[in-house]
Amino acid sequence: MAQTLAMPLAPSLSVICNAFNNFSLSNTLSLPLSNQPKYRSLSIQCARVGGVEIPNNKRVEYSLQYIHGIGRTRARQILVDLNMNNKITKELSEEELIILRDEVSKYMIEGDLRRFNALAIRRLKEIQCYRGVRHIQGLPCRGQRTKNNCRTLKGTSSGLF
Amino acid sequence: MTRSLKKNPFVANHLLRKIDKLNTKAEKEIIITWSRASTIIPTMVGHTIAIHNGKEHLPIYITDRMVGHKLGEFAPTINFRGHAKNDNRSRR
Repeated sequence: MAQTLAMPLAPSLSVICNAFNNFSLSNTLSLPLSNQPKYRSLSIQCARVGGVEIPNNKRVEYSLQYIHGIGRTRARQILVDLNMNNKITKELSEEELIILRDEVSKYMIEGDLRRFNALAIRRLKEIQCYRGVRHIQGLPCRGQRTKNNCRTLKGTSSGLF
Repeated sequence: MTRSLKKNPFVANHLLRKIDKLNTKAEKEIIITWSRASTIIPTMVGHTIAIHNGKEHLPIYITDRMVGHKLGEFAPTINFRGHAKNDNRSRR
């Protein structure tokens, strides 16, 4: 739930980032990156891969994991498939970024993945099978105990005391 | 662990026989079964199957979206109606 709530913010943030770059205003915020208009290759923009921005000052393997649907295994697999060095993201050239975007777009990520999962859960709910009923009730559907624990699904406040 | 594809989905023989018999006939009737472990296969679609929940048989109409699930998933064995209201407070 926390992820779904957080995600709509990401595109809007990127818009703000881009806006700063386009206008190149001397802002009161004085971002460390915004004062380097000379070096185009040291990209001022946040690198956008798969419709999301990924942090600039981390290595590619880890910054790719900010995309929903790419975890540790898949991030490593992408680097192996591309024969790419695990550079820091801001050191990537434009060509490398394009190659990386193509590779990432092969997988089901972000909105598509969320929609796919939501549809699967809705199907379970509609046919009223055991797993669907547990989803409706907000309880675990894989046979865990519910006498205690399961606080993620049940919420922290309800049932205590 | 998933069942071997070689063996095909599990359906109890007595249930399969009943369904084959009903498919040859035009009319439909409720099939009573105790076999909760049987997989729903496409030949069952459109029938009403009464599945045992340990106490009684719950009639479930089988639709095509249920194919691949087990019969037991549609007949819950526990019927939790919520905790009893604690009336200690009113006594005090």
